[in-house]
Amino acid sequence: MYTQAMDTQGPESEDKTLRSVEEFQLQQRFDATIDDGGFIEAKDWMPENYRKTLVRQISQHAHSEIVGMLPEGNWITRAPTLKRKAILLAKVQDEGGHGLYLYAAAETLGTSRDQLLAALHSGKAKYSSIFNYPTLTWADVGTIGWLVDGAAIMNQVPICRCSYAPYARAMIRICREESFHQRQGFDSLLVMMQNGTEAQKAMVQDAVNRWWWPCLMMFGPPDDQSPNSAQGMRWGIKRVSNDDLRQKFVDATVEQAKVLGVTLPDPDLKWNEERGHWDFGAIDWDEFWRVVNGNGPCNRERLAARVKAWEEGAWVREAALAHAAKQAEREPQAA
Amino acid sequence: MSTEAKNEWPLWEVFVRSRAGLDHKHCGSLHAADAQMAIQMARDVYTRRQEGSSVWVVRSDHITASDPGDKGMFFDPMEDKVYRHPTFYKLPDSVDHM
Repeated sequence: MYTQAMDTQGPESEDKTLRSVEEFQLQQRFDATIDDGGFIEAKDWMPENYRKTLVRQISQHAHSEIVGMLPEGNWITRAPTLKRKAILLAKVQDEGGHGLYLYAAAETLGTSRDQLLAALHSGKAKYSSIFNYPTLTWADVGTIGWLVDGAAIMNQVPICRCSYAPYARAMIRICREESFHQRQGFDSLLVMMQNGTEAQKAMVQDAVNRWWWPCLMMFGPPDDQSPNSAQGMRWGIKRVSNDDLRQKFVDATVEQAKVLGVTLPDPDLKWNEERGHWDFGAIDWDEFWRVVNGNGPCNRERLAARVKAWEEGAWVREAALAHAAKQAEREPQAA
Repeated sequence: MSTEAKNEWPLWEVFVRSRAGLDHKHCGSLHAADAQMAIQMARDVYTRRQEGSSVWVVRSDHITASDPGDKGMFFDPMEDKVYRHPTFYKLPDSVDHM
């Protein structure tokens, strides 16, 4: 799942110190590679700010995946059928795996897993605001698959062409797996809307009512309030603007909502023939900032769950290392 | 933070052969306490969709890599040896399928 929090950091201070001729040439070569649509690999020279920005973005993306396991994990024990339980288990397992691909990519930039997790647990690092909302009914699970994963896919496909190759490769793996996430959610909702009771249909509509606007916020603040977007684009990290992605998502989802037979909770949603896009209503950015800054419905609960898992798992990590050391000692090394 | 880092599970690079006949490809890294755990985890993390018939794990600090800074010096000698390529040789049409 994507994190939009990259845009919420302050603007990077530009490094204006005098550089050596060599560094100037390295910068030129770097810029030429980016402009050519080329790739930067882990051990290539890169500007310090490029490295820092990527560590932050990739690790926050990883944190989003791991924290994202919590709202859906909440329903594993209460899935209505064995089939849905198996599907949900597979999806949540995938999210764990996605987090691990991304931590691996972040660690190629010279940071450690422990440092990244310390930043998350202390509240310094962010994760996508969408995961600070609660999953109140079974319909929330399908709605997350349809809308949240749908929005994530929109965000993630362009990153498959990111200039930093380890991140791009991780994203290709993730996108391949993400499609099932959206399809299973849509499928689950379709069954309820086509074959369900009135109460079940109402439950689906209620879930859509609660998740729609937070999903639109997943794409981050409007372009004119996203000071870091320009630099991200110049570096080949960000390929499509927040507003463009958001519009693509609305256009695709309106058609999907018709198939489901649900109403998107926006009275201002209207086809604009001139633009060739769907117009939509104003987003409550106060809510977005509140949630990003720690005051959403579930922020404290999510972080507490992660910190608890880390602290209570310490003995497992230590025991595994101790066991490995003991085994190594016992077995004489083969030549 | 530094004492924590010393207790981190070591980093392993993972290579997966998706099916017989193909090469192992590097697909990422993971942390594991030992080789056996690394192999099991590699299966869980990198082959959830049967993308593997064989998995290799190598401790990251056991890999020796060429320095990208040396890319020029390291690979340039190949650049001017065009006679290594089949297209360098112009043959009569009747035998050009070689």
